[in-house]
Amino acid sequence: MPQRPLSPHLSVYKFQYTLTTSILNRAAGLVLSLGLLALVYWLMAVASGTSAYTRASAMLSLGVFKLLYLGLVAAFSYHLVAGVRHLIWDTGRGLEREQARRSAWLVAGVSIVLMALFGYCAFMAGARIS
Amino acid sequence: MSLRSPLGRVLGTGSAKEGVRHWWVQRLTSIALVPLSIWFVVSLLSLPSFDHAIVAAWMSQSRTALLLVLFVLVGAWHSQLGVRVVVEDYVHATGLRTLTLVVVTFAHALVAAAGVFAILKVACGSAA
Repeated sequence: MPQRPLSPHLSVYKFQYTLTTSILNRAAGLVLSLGLLALVYWLMAVASGTSAYTRASAMLSLGVFKLLYLGLVAAFSYHLVAGVRHLIWDTGRGLEREQARRSAWLVAGVSIVLMALFGYCAFMAGARIS
Repeated sequence: MSLRSPLGRVLGTGSAKEGVRHWWVQRLTSIALVPLSIWFVVSLLSLPSFDHAIVAAWMSQSRTALLLVLFVLVGAWHSQLGVRVVVEDYVHATGLRTLTLVVVTFAHALVAAAGVFAILKVACGSAA
């Protein structure tokens, strides 16, 4: 067999910020898919009447679900901002290395601010998710 | 010399026969989800409590019901497109991959239908 160059395997791939932003966006999307599942379960519970809703609320207040809500706040904040970055890229803008590096930091900054904001509203203000 | 047939070049849909449809729909749904998801999160977190009466009254408003239906449908569609790519990238065995894709697609259809059904049931006032 001719010795052709192989594309780098993940294990020998040099760590770069592009890898992190990309894989985080994918992971955040998967978490949000779980969130959609939880949302529809909750909507079904509302539609099933008061007693069914009370039972569902008890389950949705379990620690596992609080962890999910924390993940959802983080995932939503990141996926939203990183997604807008992708949409801007799709217009052909911001693809130069320096611009992409700057926008990666911008995405990190803005999504952390959003996480704090949504997290505060969801868990602190009025303590609604309790 | 290109080995592509003239017909294939004219149709421009590539080897998957779908062209850029997946890419384009993913963009369309993501653009729609920017305002929809922000509306949903803000609207949800503005509720005074998550008691059944409060949530049901919220879902009964025409505007809420309409936007919620859109959010669930577009969200499920976007999610299906995204999860599909993840499966295509990481599940290598052909049979298992096809099976997973079938399950993922069916699950998203079920979630979308259940969500819309629940919203309409509450909005049309038949929630006990």
